[in-house]
Amino acid sequence: MNPARVIAIAVRALLRNKLRSFLTTLGVIIGVGAVIAMTAIGAGASARVKATFEAMGSNMLVVLSGSSTAGGARGGAGSQPTLTWNDLDAIRGLPAVRLAAPQLQRSAQVMAEGQNWFTVIQGTTPELFDIRNWKIARGQFFEEDDDRAGSKVAVVGNTVVQNLFGPYDDPVGQVIRVGAIPFEIVGVLQSKGQTGFGQDQDDVVIIPSRTFRAKLQGGLQQYIAGAIVVSARSADAAGAAQGQIQDLLHQRHRIGPGVQDDFTIRNLSDIATSQQESAKTMTSLLAGIALVSLVVGGIGIMNIMLVSVTERTREIGLRMAVGAKPRSILVQFLVEAVALSIAGGIIGTAAGLGTAGWLVARFGWPMLVQPHIIVAAVGFSAAVGVIFGMWPAMQASRLDPIQALRYE
Amino acid sequence: MALIELRDVTKVYDTGDVQVKALAGVSLDVESGESVAVMGASGSGKSTLMNLLGCLDRPTSGTYRLAGEDVGRLDRNRLAEIRNRTLGFVFQSFNLLARTSAVENVELPLLYSGVAPAERRRRALQALERVGLAPRAHHHPSQLSGGQQQRVAIARALVVEPRIILADEPTGNLDSRTSVDVMSLLQALGDSGITIVLVTHEPDIALYAGRVLEMKDGLLRSDVRRPAVRAAPRTAPDEVAAAGPSSLASLASAPEKP
Repeated sequence: MNPARVIAIAVRALLRNKLRSFLTTLGVIIGVGAVIAMTAIGAGASARVKATFEAMGSNMLVVLSGSSTAGGARGGAGSQPTLTWNDLDAIRGLPAVRLAAPQLQRSAQVMAEGQNWFTVIQGTTPELFDIRNWKIARGQFFEEDDDRAGSKVAVVGNTVVQNLFGPYDDPVGQVIRVGAIPFEIVGVLQSKGQTGFGQDQDDVVIIPSRTFRAKLQGGLQQYIAGAIVVSARSADAAGAAQGQIQDLLHQRHRIGPGVQDDFTIRNLSDIATSQQESAKTMTSLLAGIALVSLVVGGIGIMNIMLVSVTERTREIGLRMAVGAKPRSILVQFLVEAVALSIAGGIIGTAAGLGTAGWLVARFGWPMLVQPHIIVAAVGFSAAVGVIFGMWPAMQASRLDPIQALRYE
Repeated sequence: MALIELRDVTKVYDTGDVQVKALAGVSLDVESGESVAVMGASGSGKSTLMNLLGCLDRPTSGTYRLAGEDVGRLDRNRLAEIRNRTLGFVFQSFNLLARTSAVENVELPLLYSGVAPAERRRRALQALERVGLAPRAHHHPSQLSGGQQQRVAIARALVVEPRIILADEPTGNLDSRTSVDVMSLLQALGDSGITIVLVTHEPDIALYAGRVLEMKDGLLRSDVRRPAVRAAPRTAPDEVAAAGPSSLASLASAPEKP
């Protein structure tokens, strides 16, 4: 018998009992739907984590000063400045390092006409805008010359603009004061939102590093009062950059083996990777639970197919009497089971996408539909049909035609 | 060589502790074109004999040759092929598929012999024509009377152009008037050269066959040949037109039409 005909016969048999066929596939619909929805949301979460870290900075490493130890109380990373401006220049020369910039930092009250706001002042060189993927919304970044000259210019984040000037005023060209020192705003940064850790990245005023050192920072001028941010040449080079910086600083700070480092290197791509891993683990767990419901759906199909074989015993007997071989009967019932499960897989895919879409619209969750997951889920549901349809189909094909014809 | 040759055939059913000898040694020849009625009380072995003749079962001992082929040696697949090509079945309870049109019911055997869909439909309609039901081809069994359902079943047996039609109590579920119609149809098929074997427990139905076998306790008790009584159908002429000249002749002698 040709395959199209076999499928047509199976579909016709299933359509004779529409409600039951639908209820039978419901288990598979829910299973496949759950797999699709869970993986779409899980992959979306993973992609958002990745995007968040990319917004923080591409292939970024942060080098922090070591901890201070005063009377046995250790102050944590960055509390004791140990990194010098010469260290920064040396790091800039390393082969795996694309760019490096200082990030001097202190909190301060910032004033504009009539308004004030407590925010973070960062002193840096123009490389930082590149390293941290800052985009300009209005005006421009300050330049190398501004840094060299110690100009009193500032690039401000969106949160600062909102709080000092409100949404309608153009802040470019206006003046803000940090203490008594006036800074002219030359640019407004494009909003980045929160970091993966919940910090508002837009709540910042960025000024040239020399200006910062001269006007805001007191004492210890050869040390960097903050961190060095580094961009590696590529994501793969981040590990190499970390190693090179470590070796360089060991050498420059004369730290021998077994002695504690006076600096800390944080590799943000590691953190990004581990966050993505945890999102993936969560996705696999959810998908695993969803797979269990798919198997339960398969058992439902088996149950109904067994009932169907019993109910249609006389039909099977008749088909055998008029010349159906055991194999034809086996194939017929197997195809019915697989048709049910594939129909469930297709409806389930639609239901899963619908559910994921609804969750996205309702809760603003990110969603990423992966075509290979859809193929796998429908394929898996077909496999469920074969596995759980085989036993009832074999029962049918083994019937004795005489007994089957006499069955009441 | 006879079409059907049974030699010392026995059939023993093993029901756990007791062995039931359903056939105790039957030898029988049926020539091509004969029409044979098998009679006997229930438990006499006539159904077992029918199952063997229909290749639904194999003898415990002895040989059954159908058109020269030793059926006892064949496997399930080969038996299915023989049933498909050589035999047609008619059952007491019609055994039509519900919610399936008459013509699709008739097509069923052809599904298993690899006939192309268009050819299948053509032959099924032709078979329905022969039993006078062409106008009802697309009716479902629930829309047909008992006699019409049995005629659909006969068309289903006919559609593979079998050498033998095996009818197991074909009139068992029909009233006496409809029974005569169905027997008339079977007689017409017998006249066209198809061998008919029918099981019945009604003596007046057996009269329509040219040869009557009587069974008791798994053995053949008698084997009588005599001229068959012609069945006179009351069916309207256009419905029997295809059933053959003899039934038209008997129609002409029928006393009245409804």
